[in-house]
Amino acid sequence: MLHSRSLKGLAVPLISIAAGFIIGAILMLMFGYDPIQNYQNLFIGSLGDIYSLGETLRNMTPLILTALGFAVSSKAGFFNIGGPGQYLMGWFGAIVFALNFPNLPTVLLIIGSLVCGALLGGIWSLIAGFLRAYFGTSEVITTIMLNYIALYFINFAVKNWLASKGSDSSPNIVKKASLNTEFLQKLTNNSTFNWGFFIALITVFVIWIYFNKTRSGFEVRSVGLNEVASLYAGVNVKRTIVVAMLVSGLLAGLGGAIDGLGNFQNISVSNNLPSVGFNGMAVALLAAENPIGIIFAALLFSALQIGGLSISVYSNTPSEIVDIVIASIIFFVGIKYVFEAALAKNWRKKQRKTPDGGMDK
Amino acid sequence: MSLSTILMTVFSTTLIYAAPLIFTALGGTFSERSGVVNVGLEGMMIVGAFSSTVFNLSFGNVFGAGTPWISLLIGGFFGLLFSLLHAVATVTYRADHIISGTVLNLMAPALCVFLTRIFYNGKGQTPVIDQSMGNFTFPGLANIPFIGKILFTRTSLIAYLAIFVGGASWFFLYRTNIGLRLRSVGENPAAADTLGINVAKYRYIGVLISGALGGVGGAVMAQSITLNFSASTISGQGFMSLAAMIFGKWNPMGATGAAIFFGLAQSLPIIGGYIPILSHVDSVWFQIAPYAITIIVLVIFLGKAVAPAADGRNYIKGK
Repeated sequence: MLHSRSLKGLAVPLISIAAGFIIGAILMLMFGYDPIQNYQNLFIGSLGDIYSLGETLRNMTPLILTALGFAVSSKAGFFNIGGPGQYLMGWFGAIVFALNFPNLPTVLLIIGSLVCGALLGGIWSLIAGFLRAYFGTSEVITTIMLNYIALYFINFAVKNWLASKGSDSSPNIVKKASLNTEFLQKLTNNSTFNWGFFIALITVFVIWIYFNKTRSGFEVRSVGLNEVASLYAGVNVKRTIVVAMLVSGLLAGLGGAIDGLGNFQNISVSNNLPSVGFNGMAVALLAAENPIGIIFAALLFSALQIGGLSISVYSNTPSEIVDIVIASIIFFVGIKYVFEAALAKNWRKKQRKTPDGGMDK
Repeated sequence: MSLSTILMTVFSTTLIYAAPLIFTALGGTFSERSGVVNVGLEGMMIVGAFSSTVFNLSFGNVFGAGTPWISLLIGGFFGLLFSLLHAVATVTYRADHIISGTVLNLMAPALCVFLTRIFYNGKGQTPVIDQSMGNFTFPGLANIPFIGKILFTRTSLIAYLAIFVGGASWFFLYRTNIGLRLRSVGENPAAADTLGINVAKYRYIGVLISGALGGVGGAVMAQSITLNFSASTISGQGFMSLAAMIFGKWNPMGATGAAIFFGLAQSLPIIGGYIPILSHVDSVWFQIAPYAITIIVLVIFLGKAVAPAADGRNYIKGK
């Protein structure tokens, strides 16, 4: 029984992924591009050799963390669209710490930077969580607003405090603060693959334990399922809301911090919110907020993004096609009711055919 | 600079920046009044900005100075088409409204930049349009002493039109049968259904109007401010409009007022330099102000239950 249920759980994402790729293919055919060739380039460009694989794994690291962050708040019943802002704060915090304490021993420097980044991200979502818990202010709106406050504040801070006059980016952090070590560069043919990937995997495991084995994680889930019932059962709902939002921001902030130390090595002024925040949401939605599922969903979207770059190298197909595929996949995940209804119909039909049961594959 | 010139600059800059927000915030109001949460306004604006710019570039030499105005209609039309995605997903296929809105926000920039690259030789941005929306001086009214110069000289005609649409939207929602029905499916769809009101139909109407107005809003942005289309043409205006709608308590007049206020806040970094007291303040505070004020106002003045009662909830017959 359990087996067939988990199969059903996988059916929606798998159908959605297939449908998303089909939409992409139709669009490419409409504009005279070769979908098979492009998908092949996409596959080779993302997983085909050790360098591309390194890039794909590096790119999925922040996706895993922003997705986990979104998933935690979502499990508690809240919609944290603040991923981009929390990620930016994390990136900013890590770089500021690394620039200010370059003489610390390597381990302390890296841990300090990551913690500083994660904390800033956490504080950023904590504001929304606090306002939600104690004033009932919609977290959807506050997190959107906090995104832009973070963007403009960080642009201002980078320009006026970190960058030298006339420059739009901070200086690079010292080499030993980087998560992208020579060993890993050699291993992956000079890709940007870095130790952050392993930190992200460990974090997934920790969050899985948190949800399934700790009291706080249980409270978060119970508040998400039924706030009133949790209150009657003696859960401190307000505190749980704040905790869920805090953890959510810590994770997105850690994602930004890892990207800062592992990938960028500095921070620059940006015109727009980083898309990784929103893509993290997409990853979490595809994975139905399951921590293990998030790893696979992040791998898929990361491979699409990295492979998308080589699509436009080997043909004149615009690389935005992969973003269309991603958006389509989430669209189909969103209308899962249709597939579920179809599957249920199918299931009932089969059941009628075999009245003694025995349809449990 | 004389006082009247300063005021004229403040006023017209405010209106120019407010116009796209007013249209889009009104769009959000229609959708949410019918019970469909619309975080996809940003995406609708992007589609409007893109389609209007393409039209303007292609037909600028045909329609001359009238092009930007026709472009607005084109933007509205494609915004409406795009919002169909949201309507089908949420109303017919019972998708979570926020997931569906997020899809619009993911899809719009991807699709529009994809098409931009196809139409304009692989470039990620369009050329600059020739026929843009200039400023407008109201004949006659401009001659009124003092006020005429501030309010009616070298100002934004489209913003006046937007404010008019705001008033018309209020009349539509609160004084007509269709408007009443549209609001009723957003407050209590089950009760509306028992009275024979077609819930799905009115929710479709709400979402499609919001797509059209969001598209116009995006088009105004492209035709009067950025003057071309790229990935950064619409950067947060949709979310700001969403905030204006909430700020205005889901009321068209309130949304219009809030959008004008945000327009003032957005224009501050630009006009701050002209105003003696403000020229020493760093522009970052003006950039942050609209967002920070929204949060503060939400916390202090607005409690929870001001949104339409069934906003964001799918209506499933018989449940």
